[in-house]
Amino acid sequence: MGVKKTDIVLLDDKGIRCDGRKIDEPRRIMIKAGVLKNASGSAYIEFGENKILAGVFGPRDVHPKHLANTDRGILRCRYHMQPFSVGERKNPAPSRREIEISKVIKEALEPAVMLESFPRTVVDVFIEILQADGGSRCAALDAAAVALADAGIPMRDMVSACAAGKVADTIVLDINNEEDQEGQADMPVAYMPNLGKVTLIQLDGVLTPEEYEKCVNTAIDGCKLVYEVQKKALHEKFFGENSQ
Amino acid sequence: MSNILDELKKKKVTSLLNDGQRIDGRAFDEPRHLTIDVGVIPKAEGSARIRLGDTEVVCGVKIQPDKPFPDLGDRGIFICTAEILPLADPSVEPGPPNEEVIELARVVDRGIRESGMIDLTKLVLQKNKSVIGLFVDNSVTDYDGNLFDACSYAAVSSILSCRIPKWEIKDDAPSLVEGEYSEPPITTIPVSVTMGRIGNHVIVDPNADEWACMDARITITTNASGNICAIQKGGSNGFTQEQLFQCAKTSISTGAKIREIIKAQGK
Repeated sequence: MGVKKTDIVLLDDKGIRCDGRKIDEPRRIMIKAGVLKNASGSAYIEFGENKILAGVFGPRDVHPKHLANTDRGILRCRYHMQPFSVGERKNPAPSRREIEISKVIKEALEPAVMLESFPRTVVDVFIEILQADGGSRCAALDAAAVALADAGIPMRDMVSACAAGKVADTIVLDINNEEDQEGQADMPVAYMPNLGKVTLIQLDGVLTPEEYEKCVNTAIDGCKLVYEVQKKALHEKFFGENSQ
Repeated sequence: MSNILDELKKKKVTSLLNDGQRIDGRAFDEPRHLTIDVGVIPKAEGSARIRLGDTEVVCGVKIQPDKPFPDLGDRGIFICTAEILPLADPSVEPGPPNEEVIELARVVDRGIRESGMIDLTKLVLQKNKSVIGLFVDNSVTDYDGNLFDACSYAAVSSILSCRIPKWEIKDDAPSLVEGEYSEPPITTIPVSVTMGRIGNHVIVDPNADEWACMDARITITTNASGNICAIQKGGSNGFTQEQLFQCAKTSISTGAKIREIIKAQGK
C-alpha cells in the first residue's frame, strides 16, 4: 500500500535481501505440535518474527444448533491478533481484515478436512497471533493444519502455506514485513502437497502474466518446504523422545 | 428444504456441464450481458446502475475533503464499500455485515486500489493536512450471483463518470469553489473476472444457480496493460496449478472485452 521513501535496500546487487536471505530462501520456521493441555489438538509456530498459537476443539456439539449439518460436520475458524502483536496497539475487537482472513483460512483448510466423517458436529480452530510479521496468514494456516492433525481430525492431506511476491522487480519467496510494505506484490498461497491443489491464493500488487506463473510456482515450492517442517513437528510429537 | 433443491439443481447443472452446456445456454468463458447507465444519481458526484444478467447494483461516489491517513499525508483517500440490500434477496436480513459481505467489499476495494486506477497523489489539497476523499458505495439491489464482478464494474463505471469539485485552502481549511469541477485522475481501468469451478469445469461469471453449487471460485482483476493486479480465491475447495494458469489467461481475454463495454458506456 504505502510507497514510502526509505533507505532500505530490498535487493542488493549480489541478490541478497534486506534481512540477508537469498531470493528463494524462506525465513526460519519452527513448529511444535501439542502445546496446549485442554485443546483437542494444538500447535505453536515461529515463522520469521511471527509467533502464533493455534488450538483445535472438537468434533463437538454445535451451538447454536441450527448451524449443524445432518450429513457432514462444519469447520469454524477464528484468526485473531493480540493487541500487543503489532507496533501500534491493535483494538482487540475483530477487524474487517481479521474476519476476511478467518474466512479464507477456513476455506483453505476445508478441502483437506474429511467433514463427512463427523456429521452434526463442529470443529473449531482458534488462531491467536501473539506477534505479527509479514505473512501471518500463511504462518497461521501452517499452525492450524498441524493442530488439526494433532487433534486426530480425519484429513485427506496436510495444508501448507507460504507467500511469494515481487520485490525490486524480482520474484522472491516468503515476503517479510519490510518487503510487504515496500515491495510491489504479495501472493499468499496454500497448497495440499500430495493432492497438488491450491486451496488459498490471494494477490495484492501488479504482476505480468509471466511473473504471475513464476510467483505461483515459487510459492508452491515454498509450501513444499513448509510441509517438511510440519511433518517433522508431528513426528516429534508422536514418535519423538518425549512422546508417550 | 433449500438443501434438497440445491442438491437437485447441482445435479442438473453438473450433468449439463458434462455435456458442454451451461444452465442458461452460455459458453463456458462467456460472461452475461452487461448494461451500464451512468449518472443515475445526480446528487452523487459520480454514479452508475449496472446489470450483469439479473444481478443489479447501484453505486454512488461521494467526494469530500478529509484528513489524510497519518502515514500517507501525500495521498488522497479512496474507500470502497459494498452492501447487499434486504430487498435484493429473501435470504438477506438487515443488520451488521456478515463475513461474506465483508469479503465482497474488501475484494472490490482491493481490485481497484491495487490497480492504481486513481492517482491519489493528485488529490492532495495541503500536504499532511487536507486531502480529497473518494467514497464509493455499492448497493446490490437484485441478486443473481457473482456480486464481485457486478460491484466492481459498478464502482469502476461510477469512478469514471465522476467529477471532482474544486476546493481552495482558505485560513488553513478547504473551502468549496462553487461550480468548478475537474476530471478524476484515472491511470487505468481495472476489470475483475470471477470464475467458478464445478467438478473439472471452470466457468466465467456464474449465475445464482451455478454460484450455489460451485466447488471453488477465483476472482482475478487485470489492468488495461493486461497485467494481473489482484486475486482472491474462495469456496470450500481448491484449484490445480494448471487451472490457476488457465484462469489467469481467461481473466485477461474476458477482461479486455468487458473493459471495452465499460469504456463505451461509462462516458
